[in-house]
Amino acid sequence: MNTTAWRYWLKALLLVSLVALGPCALGQDNAAEQDTSATLEEDAGRELLQALAEANFREKEAAIDAIAASGDTRARGWLESFAEGKLAQVKDSGDIVVILANRGRQWPVADALTMEEAGEVSRRELDRVAINNRLRGHLDSTLALLDLRVDDPAQRLIAAKALLGDVDTEVVESLSELAQNESDPEVAAALTQAIAIHRLEQGDSAAVADLAGSLNGQVRAALMQASRSEDAMVADAASAALADIEQSLKLNRAAETLYFGLSLGSVLVLAAIGLAITFGVMGVINMAHGELIMLGAYTTWAMQQLLPGQPGLALLLAIPAGFLVAALVGVAIERGVIQFLKGRPLETLLATFGVSLILQQLVRTLISPLNRTVVTPEWMSGSLIINDALSLTLNRLYVLGFAVLVFAALMLVMRRTRLGLEVRAVTQNRAMARSMGIRATRVDILTFALGSGVAGLAGVALSQLTNVGPNLGQNYIIDSFMVVVFGGVGNLWGTLVAGLSLGVINQVLEPWAGAVLAKILVLVFIILFIQKRPRGLFPQKGRAAEG
Amino acid sequence: MSLASASAVLNPARRSLALSAFALSALSVAMAAPAVADEDPIKVGILHSLSGTMAISESTLKDTMLMLIEQQNEAGGLLGRELEPVVVDPASNWPLFAEKARELLAQDEVDVIFGNWTSVSRKSVLPVVEELNGLLFYPVQYEGEESSENVFYTGAAPNQQAIPAVDYLMNDVGVERWVLAGTDYVYPRTTNKILEAYLKSQGVADEDIMVNYTPFGHSDWQNIVSEIKQFGGAGKKTAVVSTINGDANVPFYRELANQGVDAADIPVVAFSVGEQELSGLDTAPLVGHLAAWNYFMSVDEDANYDFIDAWYDYTGDDNAVTNDPMEAHYIGFNMWTEAVRKAGTTEVDAVKEAIIGVSVPNLTGGYATMMPNHHITKPVLIGEIQDNGQFSVVWETPSTVAGDAWSDYLEGSRDLISDWRAPLECGNYNVVQGSCGGGADVAATE
Repeated sequence: MNTTAWRYWLKALLLVSLVALGPCALGQDNAAEQDTSATLEEDAGRELLQALAEANFREKEAAIDAIAASGDTRARGWLESFAEGKLAQVKDSGDIVVILANRGRQWPVADALTMEEAGEVSRRELDRVAINNRLRGHLDSTLALLDLRVDDPAQRLIAAKALLGDVDTEVVESLSELAQNESDPEVAAALTQAIAIHRLEQGDSAAVADLAGSLNGQVRAALMQASRSEDAMVADAASAALADIEQSLKLNRAAETLYFGLSLGSVLVLAAIGLAITFGVMGVINMAHGELIMLGAYTTWAMQQLLPGQPGLALLLAIPAGFLVAALVGVAIERGVIQFLKGRPLETLLATFGVSLILQQLVRTLISPLNRTVVTPEWMSGSLIINDALSLTLNRLYVLGFAVLVFAALMLVMRRTRLGLEVRAVTQNRAMARSMGIRATRVDILTFALGSGVAGLAGVALSQLTNVGPNLGQNYIIDSFMVVVFGGVGNLWGTLVAGLSLGVINQVLEPWAGAVLAKILVLVFIILFIQKRPRGLFPQKGRAAEG
Repeated sequence: MSLASASAVLNPARRSLALSAFALSALSVAMAAPAVADEDPIKVGILHSLSGTMAISESTLKDTMLMLIEQQNEAGGLLGRELEPVVVDPASNWPLFAEKARELLAQDEVDVIFGNWTSVSRKSVLPVVEELNGLLFYPVQYEGEESSENVFYTGAAPNQQAIPAVDYLMNDVGVERWVLAGTDYVYPRTTNKILEAYLKSQGVADEDIMVNYTPFGHSDWQNIVSEIKQFGGAGKKTAVVSTINGDANVPFYRELANQGVDAADIPVVAFSVGEQELSGLDTAPLVGHLAAWNYFMSVDEDANYDFIDAWYDYTGDDNAVTNDPMEAHYIGFNMWTEAVRKAGTTEVDAVKEAIIGVSVPNLTGGYATMMPNHHITKPVLIGEIQDNGQFSVVWETPSTVAGDAWSDYLEGSRDLISDWRAPLECGNYNVVQGSCGGGADVAATE
């Protein structure tokens, strides 16, 4: 659209809303327009803020409205600082300041009126201007009304959606006009819905037409409330619309459950795939596998400590670093313990269990018994919104993709490289492979390093989903063995299918049976399955199976 | 291994003497305290897990105790004697708690124990301290339904945390639908049973209550959070009352944030999430979710700032956090030293008698008093999570609330009272039957 025309419309709109909103709108519109003429006198601003600081929770709404209506250019900044809980009053002087950082004993502050930095103040001297959820909600809709008049349609859409369920009689008229003049169809639709919810609350059954088919939670809540209405016409219309919505919600929920299952499954696959190599292919029962995962997670934490302020880059670098660390520790375990216990599974099990306890306590003593914070980079937070009812959480989506990549890479190594060929040869017939000139010991080391390194990769991924602490590995060791045994020992595809299907089964059972029972049911299912097919889903066939 | 086990090796002669003295004192209350040379230190046992799953919460409490003991020694000790901490590590292993408690009482002969976090560990220690007549100060909020002659409960009972929090949500926020989500063990199950009974007594319908339990350390919250969203989308204001314990909270809150559950729509009020748990988390998306405690680090009182500064100095870390169980230990330790001063001895029976009615300042600008049922008075605070991992207080009870050992909302526990003063001297006196020991069936239901 032509910008000058848009500006013209905006001006016209402002005039209309000025009339509609009265004096209150004057301030808001000016603030949105960044009109410099409307800066309050020093004393007036101070008074407004002090009124806000000294009001109790019930009186604060009026104080917020007064600030919004003051027409001061700084009003928006004040309200935002207030929403973030950063406004405080200095006890002695009564000055209002904005807290810039709030850790430790001395807090740097800025004067709220001039926004100039005012040095550091002891936290004992500050009285925070308290805020609660109700006020935050009130602030959100106040700020959303301001945002409806900005140029950026994306911001207008967020504002319009924030108003769903929050429209009251005073603003409904000006909103209708905004909706009529809205150029962006999405924003207009959201505004129409926001107004329709208000109309429905007032008992207008025709408003249901505007809401039908929407998957938005606020819309659904409003319809549910209306369906309990005493007015039969409203109740019937709302119930009919709800029935339609429920139908499409069901589909979305099924898709969501599938996603949850695949996501849990991908975590299981990641945790188990390294074990599928060391246990499945090499036949070594490594109880310290979980601790190798833990080391991968701690590597991520360490990388983030080394690169403060760049969590994303640190996470990417942690992928090779986590692999290397876990692989090196894996080699140390193989050389130090496992090679002496070849062919004695029981002793290997006990010895590696001991190693796992040593590694755990080592982390506890050297780093801390407390969990470490691993920051989730911005691009991994939040969710990918498919529609109002279905959104995929980004961190899990990335982990799902990562699991697929790791699996593909591993398949490539095992099928297409010389190392893969040698590994398969050594595990199928060690003596024959050696007599063909393959250095079996070297292959053992490399295979174990590969399996351990992949466990480290799992740790890097898990650091984004769960707690990074000394016990991290313990929580995954049982699951890992479960997946490998269920999938069929020695078969990477089996591990993939087993992990994903166990994830889906678990998530389908969970809403119905609860988290505790779902876990038990999965275990019982696996026990029964192993009774019937002791070699798992995909048993190895031919000569490989005899070994 | 801790220093304590090393210091536990006394020479055999002195040990047998001390043992027999202990047995004598246990046999007869009237008998004078065993003669101890004035220069002998007073031993304070610290029974907190330093390894295993609970180390995350409990190791801080061990450090708190060490700091308090150090401060007391700098101020001249107690009764002119030095205090000596005896630290053991029960390693988050519940039966080991009982063993270590026995070791502390029988072998190290400590005068008092500060310890435990989980209810199951307390239940495991209980018979030992009762048998050997020890003193245990338990600093964590718990489910109630217990009152032992030898245990002092400095954390909150359900009426000092859960019930006021639900009242706040019901009256001030207007919540009509409730999700009771907890970890699957005794504290959440009993608390939720009490809350369910309370909510129903307030006229909440069955279909407006959803109960959900998850195992310890649960990390996959996708389905549960999605269910909560669905449950909350029914057009009635919904809140989650969370008794989820330990580090399972971190992935739970992360999932809430990722699925866009906003505190303004569905607030979560937690009874086990404090400053310590939040320190492992980016709290920006959690702003506005609630917690109910009897203390918050953000409380604007000079006593609190003094305590925090001392903690900063002790840990050497200006980003260290303090939390509610730490305040409970602060109160418990001061109550014990006050009672010892009052009794003029550390002898268990004398201290037990002297401590009832003792009042010491808490960190929130008031006083805590030890009640005859071995629970203390506490203010109840509701705080909202801030983006710096702290809470800002949005509501508090007008005065302190006395801890109630037996809930008024549970069948069977309703008629019980606890009063350890003479002449009643009973932890579960049934006022209807007029006899002591009328509440066995309540414990049996767990």
